[in-house]
Amino acid sequence: MPNQSYPLTEEVMSDFKVLHRDSGRVSILELKGYLDAHTAPKLEDAIQSLIAAKRYHIVVNCKDLSYISSAGLGVFMAFIEDVRNNKGDIKLSNMSPKVYNVFDLLGFPLLYDIAKDESEAIKKFVQMAK
Amino acid sequence: MMTIESRTERLIAVREFVSTLAREFGFGDEDISKIALAVDEACTNVIKHAYRHDPSQRLTITVRPGNDALEIVIVDNGLQFNPNDLQTPDMKEYLSHFKKGGLGVYLMKRLMDEVEYNIRPGMKNEVRLVKYLKRSPT
Repeated sequence: MPNQSYPLTEEVMSDFKVLHRDSGRVSILELKGYLDAHTAPKLEDAIQSLIAAKRYHIVVNCKDLSYISSAGLGVFMAFIEDVRNNKGDIKLSNMSPKVYNVFDLLGFPLLYDIAKDESEAIKKFVQMAK
Repeated sequence: MMTIESRTERLIAVREFVSTLAREFGFGDEDISKIALAVDEACTNVIKHAYRHDPSQRLTITVRPGNDALEIVIVDNGLQFNPNDLQTPDMKEYLSHFKKGGLGVYLMKRLMDEVEYNIRPGMKNEVRLVKYLKRSPT
């Protein structure tokens, strides 16, 4: 993929980061580190900001996500309905087997679109628009 | 045994503590991840529901190695809460309504071999988690 994205904001915590960049109509949130009950509010704020800006095409890239607990999964649950009601979606990508396993235990792959990588997730939004 | 104040900042230290002992006991990476996640979920429930984020409170995590199983007991002296209130018996129904919260108890049961509550209101609440060591047949 050509490097058409640029960094917008960086929210830093000691053990969890959300990096936000935009690629056209799609907003990408890159998660790094450990997503638990302590760090989940950071992700909540990031998705809330996108919704406030009416950016409903969201890709969450989990490439550097080392850990997720139910508090992290709860964040996706909290926003998915709102985002889909606005003709958008939260698509997930680049999950490690360890993180995918937690999603799988809860049956989330039935509910969420999980792409192999970020470009595949973005492509799905482009296809949605056609 | 590890005692922590009731703050979510401490969850990372709890996971490290439990992971180290699970590794020493002989578990592989996959089971270590499961045990650490289950203990995180149990502690998160205590911090959120039993102590309602009151950082002056304490909870203890005790790891007891047995013959063929590792037992982890999480004890608090907080408000009683009914674990059944946090249960999600029908995940299909649950997911179709996009509810938030209550996933932790369900996850713990999927991750561990035994999950047992011992709730004594006003005295102490206890969650006991057990994972068996599966020895490969020789």
